[in-house]
Amino acid sequence: MQRYLASRLLQAIVSMLVVSVVVFVLARLTGDPLEIMMPAEATKEDVALMRAYLGLDRPWTVQYWRFISRAVQGDFGRSVRFNRPALDVVIERYPATLELGGMAILVVLALGLPVGVYAAVRRGSVLDYLSRGVAALGQAVPPFWLGLVLVLLFGVTLRLLPTSGRGTPAHILLPGLTLGWFAVAGLMRLTRSAMLDVLGTEYIKLARIKGLPERQVIWKHALKNAALPIVTFAALLFVALLNGSIIVETVFGWPGLGLLIIEAVQYRDYPVVQTVVLCLSCMYISANLLVDVLYAYLNPKIRYAA
Amino acid sequence: MIPMRSVLAIWCTWHERRLPPRLPLLVVALLGFCALCAPLLAPHSPVEGSLGQRLIPPLGMEGSTAEHVLGTDRLGRDTLSRLLYGAQISLAVSLVGILLTGVVGSCIGLLAGFWSTWVDTLCMRLVDISLSLPGILMAVLLSVVFKPSFTNVVIVVIFLLWPSYARLVRGETLSLKQQEFVALARVAGCSNLTIMCRHILPNLAPSILVLATLQVGFVIVLEASLSCIGVGIPPPTPSWGVMVADGRGLIEQAWWISILPGVAILVTVISLNILGDWVRDRLDPKLRQM
Repeated sequence: MQRYLASRLLQAIVSMLVVSVVVFVLARLTGDPLEIMMPAEATKEDVALMRAYLGLDRPWTVQYWRFISRAVQGDFGRSVRFNRPALDVVIERYPATLELGGMAILVVLALGLPVGVYAAVRRGSVLDYLSRGVAALGQAVPPFWLGLVLVLLFGVTLRLLPTSGRGTPAHILLPGLTLGWFAVAGLMRLTRSAMLDVLGTEYIKLARIKGLPERQVIWKHALKNAALPIVTFAALLFVALLNGSIIVETVFGWPGLGLLIIEAVQYRDYPVVQTVVLCLSCMYISANLLVDVLYAYLNPKIRYAA
Repeated sequence: MIPMRSVLAIWCTWHERRLPPRLPLLVVALLGFCALCAPLLAPHSPVEGSLGQRLIPPLGMEGSTAEHVLGTDRLGRDTLSRLLYGAQISLAVSLVGILLTGVVGSCIGLLAGFWSTWVDTLCMRLVDISLSLPGILMAVLLSVVFKPSFTNVVIVVIFLLWPSYARLVRGETLSLKQQEFVALARVAGCSNLTIMCRHILPNLAPSILVLATLQVGFVIVLEASLSCIGVGIPPPTPSWGVMVADGRGLIEQAWWISILPGVAILVTVISLNILGDWVRDRLDPKLRQM
């Protein structure tokens, strides 16, 4: 187990380094930030001075080393657009993305889990077919389009919910639902198949023979045993939501990290792009690491194969 | 009149021979036809419109005209024509993207599986690292560097999907190279290259084909997503994702601009996914869990 953990940890660190190099090189290829930063009347000397001040005249390797050694200390440079430390800008937007992610997870758990359990218990019922239909739709509906359909339905036609921005609790409903939709289908299918496996076992028969109420058999005895794959899915879900948040935030004008990075890319705001990608990648890679460790902990086969 | 009995007979043989599901097949065939014949079918130009005919609603709504069956957008461009040309883009991106990804991923997987040395270790670590990078973020970054274009979308597709091919092909190659026909080929004096290309590769083909068909729908959604947030196919090219983005600000006055292309994506992807499942069940029931 320790060897597996060590190798997995090492891999995560290498991944993080690769991300930092890729981000650094790609961001430098996007164009000269001084073109956008400097006013049109700036002289060549001004530009050169600014370039030297920002360290953009040094070789790439030096710039990278400077960047990485400072990043470790929490200094990601100053945002070109806001003229403030990039990390401050990113931290400011963090709560919005976390809030959206939290809402999406709530949607997924509130819809996916009960429907999945019910579909397994009442196999072949209307709800079972309905859930399978939703699952098929979940993989085919593009998230940005679903967002627009919800806006049209609840914002424009029914005038029930606000369609963009952040503020009241009502603002989060549509983006949260859009972001969670894709994962609802996945969790539904997973819960259904895991529950079907468990419901056929001897101990469930025994629980029923003992005369336990059906509700207790299903929610206490069966679901607990079906929980293993569901727990690991929840961690993977987190990863998927991070990816999806960029699209959903753009559609709903939700002021989180996703919207920030799209804006920063348009302004060629190097430090902010780097900071967002590094922060999100760090979360992403940590979540992946957690999934693997959790998996190895729950399933000894993986531990010994490594 | 077609006799009822023969219709029934055709239906039965279709079912017994496990031919592909008809409705999805029809949809995909129609899509292919629309994409190929878009210049002939489209009533108007997909990129030029007349500002006098802006925001005409589709047939059946108040103010619609027979000239624009599915209405027009904010620049007066015909929605139906744009949808037809959009099919071209979606199909081209998915075909080219998946073909190239398949070649790149399979080659790496084949090399890694055949030489279980440092090549294998290196390739599999690369796969692990690739899988642990956040896909959309990388797509956004790549799109900015290479400027939004068709090529750029294909590069993003390759970047995101190659690990799954590499993993699959490596696993299959590992088990294939233990088989007797490989040992016999070696005894017969075949070189490594011949064994890989003539003996192992043909046996990998079904699995690769299955994976490819299962991914077509995903690639279409990916292209539309990237185009919609402005990092995929650039406007005014009528990609379905671009069309959805175009109508985003006008959803209150003109819902059809963004809703119709979304319906096109939805129907296409569902059909492709069902066909993909069918191909998987026919060729490789082992992969059912994927």
